Amino acid sequence: MKKLPLSFKIITIILVFYTLTAGLLIDVPALNILNETIRNLFFHVTSWFSMVFLFLASFVYSIKHLRSGSEKDDLLARLFVQVGMVFGTAGMVTGMLWANFTWGSYWVPDPKLNGAAIAMLAYLAYAVLRNSFQDNIQRGKVSAVYNIFAFVMMILFVFILPRMTDSLHPGNGGNPAFSGYDLDNTMRMVFYPATIGWIFLGLWITELRFRMETIKQRMK
Amino acid sequence: MKKGASTLAMLLTFISAIGQNAEMADQFRSSGKIYVVVGVVVLIFAVLFAYLLYMDYRLRKIEKEVDEK
Repeated sequence: MKKLPLSFKIITIILVFYTLTAGLLIDVPALNILNETIRNLFFHVTSWFSMVFLFLASFVYSIKHLRSGSEKDDLLARLFVQVGMVFGTAGMVTGMLWANFTWGSYWVPDPKLNGAAIAMLAYLAYAVLRNSFQDNIQRGKVSAVYNIFAFVMMILFVFILPRMTDSLHPGNGGNPAFSGYDLDNTMRMVFYPATIGWIFLGLWITELRFRMETIKQRMK
Repeated sequence: MKKGASTLAMLLTFISAIGQNAEMADQFRSSGKIYVVVGVVVLIFAVLFAYLLYMDYRLRKIEKEVDEK
């Protein structure tokens, strides 16, 4: 990962501020049960998307590490998981709050929710696994292999299984997805920039963490 | 049973979506007070981003120091 230019960070700030203002102010479809909470799409859903993107980046760096054996790639794989977990936790907590007001409970037995919980636990196990090694080379290799497995698990549990059964989430189990009633064209104008904005924010934070770790190693 | 309940919930959401007379924060919007919320959110994030940029700046200084050594 190269150092991110200032322009990247400015774009991130613009996108996030656009999301915060337009996300609260644009006209949204008036739907029962959802009411104004439909705006959570710009914050809750994008938070998950950011996590998925960061985990994808981690997956790529794990493969890179297996090919190159470079410690830098292993470090990046670890940091992407760490920052991804922050966004995932945000997605889960906000989702629980949203669920309480629309589905009537903080947790409902929905395959998407349980799948997301399993995926988060799989990534938590990655952190535990990493800490159980004394040897750096062994840690890098085994963690990279596990990380590839965890990513596949996440895709399976969050994107594939919920689609095969009934789920309360849009786009699953016969529910109309974004192309359906719940995302009209004005919402798209905020939703897409919001997704990019939150992903960029995740990349920015990861870059800061990466630079911190690099400096730490150089000071030794 | 669970399957039936979630199908029902799904159906209800869909039917109510066609209804389109859901309660929205129209009054809050017409009285202009939603902008207060937007203002608060923007302020908080402005502070957070300023802090993020400050950390970036501090880190760059440390990087420079280490480079010079």
